[in-house]
Amino acid sequence: MRTKNLLDNLKRFFAIAVLGAASTAFATPQIQHWQAASGARVYFVENHDLPMLDVAVDFAAGSSFDPAEKSGVAGLTQSLLDLGSEGMSEDDIARGMADIGAQLSGRLDADRSGMSLRTLSSAAERDRALEILARVLQQPLFPEAVLAREKARLVANLKEAETRPESIASKTFAKAVFGDHPYGRTTSVASAEMIQRDDIEAFYRAHYSAKTAVVAIMGDVTRAEAETIAQKLTAHLPPGSEAALIPPVAMKIAANEQRIAHPATQSHIMIGAPGMARNDPDYFPLYLGNYILGGGGFVSRLMNEIREKRGMAYSVYSYFVPTKQPGMFQIGLQTKKEQADEALQLVRATLRDFVAKGPTAKELVAAKQNLIGGFALRIDSNKKIIEYLSVIGFYGLPLTYLDDFTGMVDKVTAAQIHDAFKRRVNPDAMATVIVGAPEEKAEPAK
Amino acid sequence: MRAKLFGFLLFLLLLPAFAAHAGVFEKTLSNGLKVIVKEDHRAPVVVQQVWYRAGSMDESAGATGIAHVLEHMMFKGTRSVPKGEFSKRIAAAGGRENAFTSSDYTAYFQQLHKSRLPLAMKLESDRMRNLLLSETEFGKEVKVVMEERRTRTDDEPRALLYEKLMATAYQEHPYRHPVIGWMNDLQSAGAGDAREWYRRWYAPNNATLVVAGDVKAAEVFALAQRHYGVIPARKLPARKYSSEPPQLGTKRLVVKAPAKLPYLVMAYHAPVLRDPAQDWRPYALEVLAGVLDGNESARLNKTLVREQQLASSTGVGYDSTARGPGMFVLEGTPSEGKSVAELEAGLREQISLLARDGVSEEELKRVKAQVTASEVYKRDSLFYQAMQIGQTESIGLSHKDIPLMLQKLQAVTAQQVQEVANEFLKDDSLTVATLDPLPLSSERKRMKGANHHAH
Repeated sequence: MRTKNLLDNLKRFFAIAVLGAASTAFATPQIQHWQAASGARVYFVENHDLPMLDVAVDFAAGSSFDPAEKSGVAGLTQSLLDLGSEGMSEDDIARGMADIGAQLSGRLDADRSGMSLRTLSSAAERDRALEILARVLQQPLFPEAVLAREKARLVANLKEAETRPESIASKTFAKAVFGDHPYGRTTSVASAEMIQRDDIEAFYRAHYSAKTAVVAIMGDVTRAEAETIAQKLTAHLPPGSEAALIPPVAMKIAANEQRIAHPATQSHIMIGAPGMARNDPDYFPLYLGNYILGGGGFVSRLMNEIREKRGMAYSVYSYFVPTKQPGMFQIGLQTKKEQADEALQLVRATLRDFVAKGPTAKELVAAKQNLIGGFALRIDSNKKIIEYLSVIGFYGLPLTYLDDFTGMVDKVTAAQIHDAFKRRVNPDAMATVIVGAPEEKAEPAK
Repeated sequence: MRAKLFGFLLFLLLLPAFAAHAGVFEKTLSNGLKVIVKEDHRAPVVVQQVWYRAGSMDESAGATGIAHVLEHMMFKGTRSVPKGEFSKRIAAAGGRENAFTSSDYTAYFQQLHKSRLPLAMKLESDRMRNLLLSETEFGKEVKVVMEERRTRTDDEPRALLYEKLMATAYQEHPYRHPVIGWMNDLQSAGAGDAREWYRRWYAPNNATLVVAGDVKAAEVFALAQRHYGVIPARKLPARKYSSEPPQLGTKRLVVKAPAKLPYLVMAYHAPVLRDPAQDWRPYALEVLAGVLDGNESARLNKTLVREQQLASSTGVGYDSTARGPGMFVLEGTPSEGKSVAELEAGLREQISLLARDGVSEEELKRVKAQVTASEVYKRDSLFYQAMQIGQTESIGLSHKDIPLMLQKLQAVTAQQVQEVANEFLKDDSLTVATLDPLPLSSERKRMKGANHHAH
């Protein structure tokens, strides 16, 4: 492929949608919302086009809730959910799902932890799949032997990651941007090895509560069925506590640059700083601005300067990670070592120029044309729609979010983008990490 | 594997899907362009894909990578659409676009609101015959491809291992060359090579146009006739390929690269589908792959990862559809404290058990249930449905065979699975590749030497 699909890795970021500027208006999904008796918030779109059902349940139980000394607890808790429940071994769970062709998967980011299920909607398959999911969510056993094995696998993966330039860069970069804030923490071999079953159990009890649960349901069930499903999946969750708050992020950081040696042929370069939150008042100006700067695939400024004009990289991008508290703004690229410094200077100059002058009128029109004209592509499958339901629910976005999206994009002005970038993105106060740095200047790895 | 290298094929590995093949229409234009339309009215969107039957297997030794470089060059402008404009116009229409190259084909696609299909056709048909291939643009783009190679292969120890595995397992067949090309071939390639490739293979009679979405087939055929119908057919060169001689004993290779964990791949030569109605072995091999690795409780994960804790991960790859020969691949990462030799012994034991005792009806049923369900899930992705049609056509089968292929897969018996395990998972056709991890520090010296050599 011509480019790595970074978009796939950043689905959350694209929690956005709208009405076709291509004059043909079409219906956005009708989102139904209620609170289950358990307290869980439910978001539902009824659609009978295909005989299938998607369900996702998320909790405020992401990696930023890890105890400071035991980073990795959130991830292990999540991954152990379907490895043993009351009355079902890990093999019973896996076989139970496979026997009916259902697909169960877990997910974790800094804010959220969740499980999602895709199943046929015919009664036998659907009921069985939901019964297993209900147990997985509400009666996990966290067996000691399974934990020991999974910890060993996690540690092995972490050791492998310590040799990979992109992993070294990400880890160093998160720390440089967020310091001691939970968003800057990453799991280390040492922290993973300290985790005990009690930590997992305690984490589950504290964070997997119906109070923070968001249930998204999409597909071939009725409203009445969806109500029953949501209640069954959340009625027996632990009482938990109120959602723990993620502390505020220190938005200003000092300019700093870290160069780390690595035998790779390319330098992995990351530049950035704390960016914006999901509910940020500057969300749309920053989103459009980023499309123009480095988010818009082959037509972005960074792509044009680094790849199209000079052939210096295969992949160069920028993005905001819009989380509960402001997540990172990051620019990244890989380029062969010999030209890393030249590429870095070009990226910095491109960013500086964009922040200083803002977008051109032509760029803004092009960005709007793409985001508005391409709205239909954002909601053209059950899979994409359920992602929006989860994001709308978890971040408390308006139920009209999809209906409003094109309008929100359309009203952004070049002046707003310029102003938002000037206030929020300071090229002189950013973290830079170069792994596989040109050798004469690099510090030895670790 | 070549599939691994270009990612997108991975989801085809699951099992060639088949389906209720309703709403699919086909027409061949007088210039030989085959047009296939899949009507799907769930959302007001459309995907256009143009598939050329030319991939890295059509390249010759010493000139590898040119199919993929040309794919990049297809975005560099024509007489009427200057460089960069293709992407700009698609973006301004709200579209998404890209392209991909495999060993067997090269394909280009756009996803847009249904009202913008004419624009996509105008642009795509224009570059089917009017591409400009300047030395300057080629010089820049081939550097991008070299960076791509560094990112995807040179600095990725496991990808490097697969590349060398293929070069070892195949003695003659062009599958021994990586899709992205060997670095020194990229260094010596010029715009002339790209021009020659384009002239040779980019013709309507060597392509399949797939359109899927909220469209009417008759309208798509008319539109295709207007945009593509005017492009003259061209005589295609004769295709000559080395056939792969039988392997006469196990081959082994070791790759040293900076990593922490060792890694093991065992690749067996295996057949692929040529006659969807008569063949049965490829279907049985697909089911075998599902029995070994189709879900978390399938044999390899259950036994080697969970029970014996010999591996921290395992996997199986087999693709029953390809223009060239096939490969049945097992791979795994040993657990800490276990060696690749121990893991290899563990994998071999699983193969022996299969060959001796076969598979249970329960396992068979489980794999088939997953196939049935994935047929339904597939309909949630317009892009995937179009991919399946284009891929099937491009490897020389007909999209009309897709429902038959599904039936045949459902008809596989436990005995057939046991038979293919016995017939193909044999030492004489096995290549074993091992990644031998190097600490970062010693690797550094080696790389310096290698860089020097490369310049």
